[in-house]
Parts: sequence; structure tokens; C-alpha cells
Amino acid sequence: MSILVDNNTKLIVQGITGSQGLFHAIQCRDYGTNVVGGVTPGKGGTKVESFDVFNSVSEARRETGANTSLIFVPAPFAPDAILEAVDADIDIIICITEGIPTNDMINVKKVIDCSSSVLIGPNCPGIITPGQAKVGIMPGYIHKEGRIGVISRSGTLTYEAVWQLTQLGIGQSSCVGIGGDPIIGSSFTDILNLFQEDKDTDAVIMIGEIGGTSEQEAGLWIKDNFTKPVVAFIAGATAPKGKRMGHAGAIISGSSGSAKEKKELLESVGVKVSPSPAEMGETLLSLL
Amino acid sequence: MNIHEYQAKDLFRKFNIATSEGEVFENETEAEKYAKSLNANEFVVKAQIHAGGRGKAGGVKLVRTPSEVKKTVKDMLGMTLVTHQTGPEGKVVNKVYVEAASSIKKEYYLSFVTDRSSEKNVIIASSQGGVDIEKVAEETPEKLLAQPIDPVVGIQSFHVRNIGYFLGLNSPQTKQLNGILIGMYNLFTKMDCALVEVNPLILTEEDDIKALDAKVNFDDNAAFRHKEYSELHDPREEEPSELEAKKWDISFVKLSGNIGCLVNGAGLAMATMDIIKYHGAEPANFLDVGGGASVEQVTQAFKMILSDKNVKAILVNIFGGIMKCDTIADGIITAAKEVSIKVPLVVRLEGTNVELGKKMLVESGLNITTASTMKEAASTVVSLI
Repeated sequence: MSILVDNNTKLIVQGITGSQGLFHAIQCRDYGTNVVGGVTPGKGGTKVESFDVFNSVSEARRETGANTSLIFVPAPFAPDAILEAVDADIDIIICITEGIPTNDMINVKKVIDCSSSVLIGPNCPGIITPGQAKVGIMPGYIHKEGRIGVISRSGTLTYEAVWQLTQLGIGQSSCVGIGGDPIIGSSFTDILNLFQEDKDTDAVIMIGEIGGTSEQEAGLWIKDNFTKPVVAFIAGATAPKGKRMGHAGAIISGSSGSAKEKKELLESVGVKVSPSPAEMGETLLSLL
Repeated sequence: MNIHEYQAKDLFRKFNIATSEGEVFENETEAEKYAKSLNANEFVVKAQIHAGGRGKAGGVKLVRTPSEVKKTVKDMLGMTLVTHQTGPEGKVVNKVYVEAASSIKKEYYLSFVTDRSSEKNVIIASSQGGVDIEKVAEETPEKLLAQPIDPVVGIQSFHVRNIGYFLGLNSPQTKQLNGILIGMYNLFTKMDCALVEVNPLILTEEDDIKALDAKVNFDDNAAFRHKEYSELHDPREEEPSELEAKKWDISFVKLSGNIGCLVNGAGLAMATMDIIKYHGAEPANFLDVGGGASVEQVTQAFKMILSDKNVKAILVNIFGGIMKCDTIADGIITAAKEVSIKVPLVVRLEGTNVELGKKMLVESGLNITTASTMKEAASTVVSLI
């Protein structure tokens, strides 16, 4: 068991003929993910690196039975690509693209909420279930099969956490990068809900950062609903107010969104907050 | 991206949001001539910088005659304003805005912003205008109304009524508010704004409602469909190092500490700053070279870090992942040779071919200390300053 992606994942890559799309389609396939094809409008019927290319997501789904899509379409066209995947009834849509305008994501999110599709991202590294499926841009070899769930707003900081776990001999059930934008498809709470139901996940590391209140909302949800141990790290304790720290969503506005505020709330609901980013793995180990 | 008040007011006029007539000047004689043409009893002279708190810092003056306008504009041009938002170094005033003063009966607050929790754009309104709205939110949240707008249907009449009642406006006043809110909504959505703020919105003695101040921020991600953003951009308002970084597609924020950081990924870059602090020192910057840092980018990143004279040591923290560590090591060595780094350099590499990468760094003959973990890297770099 695991969440969102596994041995049953049939993946298509939207934007498969672009350099990023193709590179990562191959990387996902090499990891063992069942990549059944890709979509690039106008290039349907061709093959690239032995992947079948289709003109539309609905055609790709009809021909391959795809249930998951990984999106590498550039930001101006990515909202359209997500909506096309929703329209084609793709179950899990993962959007890697960075730089989608917030107003576009507000509209996309509204459509997602009224559909049965799950959106992960945008501006995220994707999802991996070690040993089963890699649907994203993360390096596969740092992961290890196991029973710890990882949720994060960041990319490389997630790799850091996963690497610490693996070095300590602790494997992961699934690792989900939810993305660094202000409006994202799935929140910490949405993914925690899946980990709560997953009988093969024993504990969770959540990696947040400054900006917004999604960590606080997750904390309040954990208090009443989540029964497994949680370790958290919040990046950006040293970030100045009002400055965007790389991610579009990483900005402290007014009094809200600081690392201190997030850590305090999480600690108040029983989440163990790692004091340093170098101790995420050890902190988790101390709870097992 | 921020723009000036005078630019925001130009946009307000374009979107039919009631505001006073006014013009911007870089020359006091022109300003005096304009003031004479206004035929007003009082004038407001406002320094144009990208920061709030101008009034308290002496950047907003009320004067009575066109000759006083001239003198005030002359004094303001070239002065350095220090407000709670500029930092201690302040900001130089290059442009001054002049308008006829308004008779103020009451002040309100209005803004449009994206609410991340409800995933909608919201209107924020308060009867406490002209003051620090964050303070109102903290101390008297009941005096603040947040009205979410469903993206499917946009702004509705009931939104306007809710806000009119909340602000205590009568029917003709609410009708004026309607025009202002619709204008703000159109500006916010059509121009892809991150913020449209009026503080204060005023009710005049003549019973007119209008925007006395204007603040507009754009969503940087929407720049690809708004050519006008670059026309409105004032590079003089930005930290020069941050401006330079943008050219190279590097995220850079200057800070006040003495350990320079070069990291890939925003989250890891923030975490690297945090761990430096955790080990008792202060980071000199936030720097994210992106996922696939090229030799050119790494070289440029070193140059930017070293241009800060406070920097006493540099910590490079790269989680290469799919990128090969020998490629990264090559980039670091090439860059370090080109810019001749004289401060201690601690490099932590992780990823494919990590051992080869470390070996290359050690054998490069450069003064580089390698570290295997973040903890080791941070404690080493802190011990070297």
C-alpha cells in the first residue's frame, strides 16, 4: 500500500516531446514506473524514445487506459493542460510547472474541486512510492521502501529529508511534494488524510515553509483527526518580512505566515518540530 | 512587482476608480506651474518610493500655495526617506506626486488580495482607514471584513451591499462605492494583480467617495501576458544585487549577516540560512541557483555573494539529485578560479557521483573544505569566521 501512485499507476506525460518532459519520462520509466505514453498536440501518432505520443489527453486515456498524468507544459499553457486532464477524467494529475499566474490557479482549483481528479502541485517535484512508481523529478536512488510518509512544499529540501531517513535505514511509504505556490491542488491536510487511511504508513514528516497558513490549518486538523506521529520542519525562520524567498508562496505578509507562528501551533497540537533541517530524520527516529 | 502611487492612480483612472487629479514631477518648476493650474486652496506633495509609512518619515506634506509646492518638491527630490518598510538605509526620492488636497470627513480601508486559505480573491474592508491595517487586524479584527469572491461569478451586488453596510454608508454613498469596487475588481483580475489597496478611501465634505492613496502590486508570474509590467517597472526601487540576479534567473535576497550561501532549491536555501543561524551565525543572503545550476549561474552567484563586503565565508549546499556532483564540482572550481575567492569556502555536495565530485574539489588546489552533511557544513563554516 501507499498513496496516490503505485504499481497500478499508468502514467502519461503531458509535454513529452519537450526536453524536460522527455528526460523525466525516461527517468520515471527507468525507475520502473509504467509510462504508457505522452501527449503533445500536433505530434500524435509519432513515437519518441519508444513512447507513444497522442494529440490529446482523452485520446491517450482511451488508447492506453492511463489513470495518472505528469505535466511539464510551460506556465502560459499549463492551466489548459491541467483542465484537459480533468476533462479526460484522469485520476491523479501532477503538475511540475513553475510560474503559473495565481488568478489562473484560482480558476483551475475551482474546477478541480468540482471534479473527481486529484491535483498535486503546481511548482512541485511530484510523488514517489519507493519501489513502485516515481511520478516526478526527484532522484529515485535516495529513496528506500518503508513506512514513513513525507509531505513537503519544497523540492530539494524534501530530498534532504528523505536522504536523512534513508541514511538512518528508515524507508518511506510515499513522498509527496505539494508545491511552493500560493494556490495548490492538494494541501498538507488533504495528503495527511490519505496517510491516515494508509495502513502501511506509520508516521509522517511534513516540511513547511514561511507564507500562508496551510501548516497551521494542517495542525488543527491533526489535533482532531490524525493518530500517527508527525515530525515537522518549517523553513525560513531567518527570512525577512515581506520578501519572497524563491517560491511564489514563500513570503511573510504582515504578522501571518512566519516560521515561529507555524512552529508554535504545530507544537501545541503535539507535532514534534525538528530544531534544525539537519535533524529531521533523527527527530523522526526518536518517535519510533 | 511593486509600482509607484502615481502609476497606480493612473491605472485607477483607467479603470474608473474615483481618485483626485494629480501629476508626477521630477522638477519643482513644473510642479509649481501645475499647482497654479489646479486652482486649489491646499495641495498634497507626496514622495514616490516603493514603501509605506511615508507620512511619518516626512514624505507627505500638506501645503497652501504653489510656491510652497515648489519649495517642498525641491526639498523632497533627492532626499533619502527612511520608513519602517525601507530598512535603515532608506530610499532615495526620484519623483514627487502633486495633487489638490481633499476635505476629509471620514477615512476607510479597501483592498483586493488573494486569500490562500479560501483559495479565492477577497475584498478586505475596514472603517479604520488611514492607519496601519495590520495593526487593525491584530488588535481589533472585528473592524475588518473579508468578503470572498467566487471566481465563477465574479463581483456581485450583494458584495457591495455587505461592505456598504459594514462601513456604515448610506444608499447614495454605497452607489459610489459600487463603482469603486467594480473598478478595483476589474483592475485586480484584468491586470493580474497581487494587491490593489486603497488606504485611505475617503468620504469628502462634499459627500464624494474617492481613493486618496493607491497601491498596486502585480503577480510576477503573469508578466508573460502583460507587456505593460516592464513599462511600469522602476529598477531604481530595487536592490541592485537582486536586479542583477534576476537577469541570471537566480533568486537572491540580500541579508545583513556575514556567511554567504549558494544553494539549489528555495526550500533548501531557506533551510541553509536557518541552520547557519542555528549554529550561531547570520546568513548574508538567500540564494537559489535553481534545479539545474549551470557553470555560468554558479560563477554569477559567487560574484554576487562576494560583492557583499560583509561576507567572511561562503557555504555551498547543493543537493544535486539527478544532477551529477562531478558536473557541479566542475562548475564550482571553474567559478572559484574565475572570481578568485579569498574567503573560506565550505562545500556540501550530495547526489550522483558525490565521491568523484568531492575528490575533484579536494584536488583542485583551491581553499575548499568539503562536508558530508548539512550539520557538518554549517558548523564548519561558522567556525571559520
